[in-house]
Amino acid sequence: MLEIKDLRASAGDKEILRGINLTVNAGEVHAVMGPNGSGKSTLAQVLAGHPGYQVTGGSVLYEGQDLLDMEPEVRAQNGVFLAFQYPVEIPGVTNGYFLRSAYNEIRKARGEEELDPLDFADRMDEKLKLVEWDQDVLRRFVNHGFSGGEKKRNEILQLAVLEPKLAILDETDSGLDIDALRIVAGGVNRLRRPENATIVVTHYQRLLNYIVPDFVHVLSQGRIVKSGGKELALELEARGYEWLEEAAA
Amino acid sequence: MTATFLEELETTIPVRADNEPEWLVALRRNAWDRFNKAGLPTTRNEDWRFTSVAPITQATFARASVLAKRTITPELIDGLRLPGTTELVFVNGYLVPALSDIKGAGLTVTSLAQTLRRQGTDLPRMLGQIAGFSQNGFTALNTALFTEGTVIRVRSGQRAPKPLHLVYISLPGAQPTVSYPRVLVVAEQSSEVTVIETYSGPPEEQYFTNAVTEISVGDNAAVEHIRIQRESERAFHVATVEARQGRDSRFRSFSLAMGGALARANIYSIMDGSGSDCSMNGLYLLHGTQHVDHQTRIEHAQPNCTSREIYKGVLDGTSHGVFNGKVFVRAVAQKTDGKQTNNNLLLSDGAKVDTKPQLEIFADDVKCTHGATVGRLDDLAVFYLESRGIRKSLARKLLTNGFAAEVLGTIPHEEIRQRLERLVFHRLDFPVA
Repeated sequence: MLEIKDLRASAGDKEILRGINLTVNAGEVHAVMGPNGSGKSTLAQVLAGHPGYQVTGGSVLYEGQDLLDMEPEVRAQNGVFLAFQYPVEIPGVTNGYFLRSAYNEIRKARGEEELDPLDFADRMDEKLKLVEWDQDVLRRFVNHGFSGGEKKRNEILQLAVLEPKLAILDETDSGLDIDALRIVAGGVNRLRRPENATIVVTHYQRLLNYIVPDFVHVLSQGRIVKSGGKELALELEARGYEWLEEAAA
Repeated sequence: MTATFLEELETTIPVRADNEPEWLVALRRNAWDRFNKAGLPTTRNEDWRFTSVAPITQATFARASVLAKRTITPELIDGLRLPGTTELVFVNGYLVPALSDIKGAGLTVTSLAQTLRRQGTDLPRMLGQIAGFSQNGFTALNTALFTEGTVIRVRSGQRAPKPLHLVYISLPGAQPTVSYPRVLVVAEQSSEVTVIETYSGPPEEQYFTNAVTEISVGDNAAVEHIRIQRESERAFHVATVEARQGRDSRFRSFSLAMGGALARANIYSIMDGSGSDCSMNGLYLLHGTQHVDHQTRIEHAQPNCTSREIYKGVLDGTSHGVFNGKVFVRAVAQKTDGKQTNNNLLLSDGAKVDTKPQLEIFADDVKCTHGATVGRLDDLAVFYLESRGIRKSLARKLLTNGFAAEVLGTIPHEEIRQRLERLVFHRLDFPVA
């Protein structure tokens, strides 16, 4: 589904990704771990098309197509979804309107008919249940005045509504208490399908108790320095990142 | 050669309406003298620093002294009406009874002439006194020359069940016209009323509206005032709304400005009784070469009063927006709580804003803040929406619209708020579902 080859990217003059290689197949869950500043959030954002980064080398194929050549909205329309580490507040735009606009834009791009507000509301009922929310949240402005936990939950609600093929979760666990973590992880797990894939970017092993990865990759200084199975995450939890960083240096 | 507006005025003598009482004749004469001495403001006047009225003084206008022979087409009026209100329609400043209906309004609306005949012992304390003309040439001119004034009175303890909507339509004839709408709202003690004023005219036509609205908010009374400025984009518009608030009163003002080639709104309130509350909010949406200026002044003249102010601007093309808001706290006005914000969104490189929020505080035990921003759409917010599959063009509209909608949300009447939202969305070319 996703084939990243020697990907390099910078923010301004600073090179952050220095040759990433990663292949993700349908049905797989990959965890990308690493210390602060290792480039793991940059990787997530570059895959979604964040305008703050320049790709300086390498390639990314998504379902056989050049992902880096697509505008951010085209990536989304083709099934790529990034759950933001810091979701953006949009005062004045209600969550319900936002979700329906996004959903209909994606349907339109696929040549499907748009859903009217009533049909959309029906559809929302089950999606809201998934994150244990009620309709009230649809009348609130997007992320405006939301707690940290609510913002992350709202990302998962969007994930549920848009049903992407490739979900990239960027530090979705940071700042969550245990209840919120359970809800967020539960939502992600119930949305998993054999034809979809998930990349979980995280600093801590804790989330991986809930969302169990097939593969774990450790990033350091813009490169993957070690890959392994889920047991690697436990090893990192016990030993920290230093031994890998030393090995990479 | 045709005389310009100012040259024309120099030869005009204010018409003394029949049967006007001495105090009103004296008021008009004073206003006329004031105007003749000081004229209209120039940009050397600090209050008009960013707005030159030269285009008005150099233009030519006929007095809109008679009802134009043109008929009002449904297109002109239908789109201006507001649901759930009682409405009065004025053409060139003259009431058109056939288009007006205030049954069940729960208040009395009379022409000034009628009021003077029947009652009006308190009028000399209010008319021309709430909106002073010593500092404002346009108000002086209106006071000297207005023809048909409207007096709206809500009796003590009464609540007007529906908002009253005054619709002002300018219909110039063969040449541009000038009209002088004049309104006095008297909300007696413990009464409640909403007054909405809409200004409009045929698109592409040139005229000048010079309006004055005075509002007396009695003790414990509540007045909501909404002005909707939808003048033609070739029109000139200068208006003053001035309120005087009694003890424990509430005054809420909203100003929506979308029209006019050159427009200026002065919105002032003085809280002259303790325990009062004032809110002033507004939204200006400009494009093309429009120039729209808001000057607000909230005066805390007594202790324990609260004021809240949010003005927002969305500017495109090479338009120019001006916001000059003053919160003035007198020495006696301890325990004042004031907050003022002005946020502007520039959609183009050519658009420009001058914003000048001001606090003048002479009391020492107060809580006041103010702030202003001028910025563009947030790239990260655009990306956030794009990352959900929303096209860049729609993402920009959604954010622009959200920016505007937030301040419209302060209008409490749901039906009216929704109508104004639709109006704004339409103007911003936003798809409404």
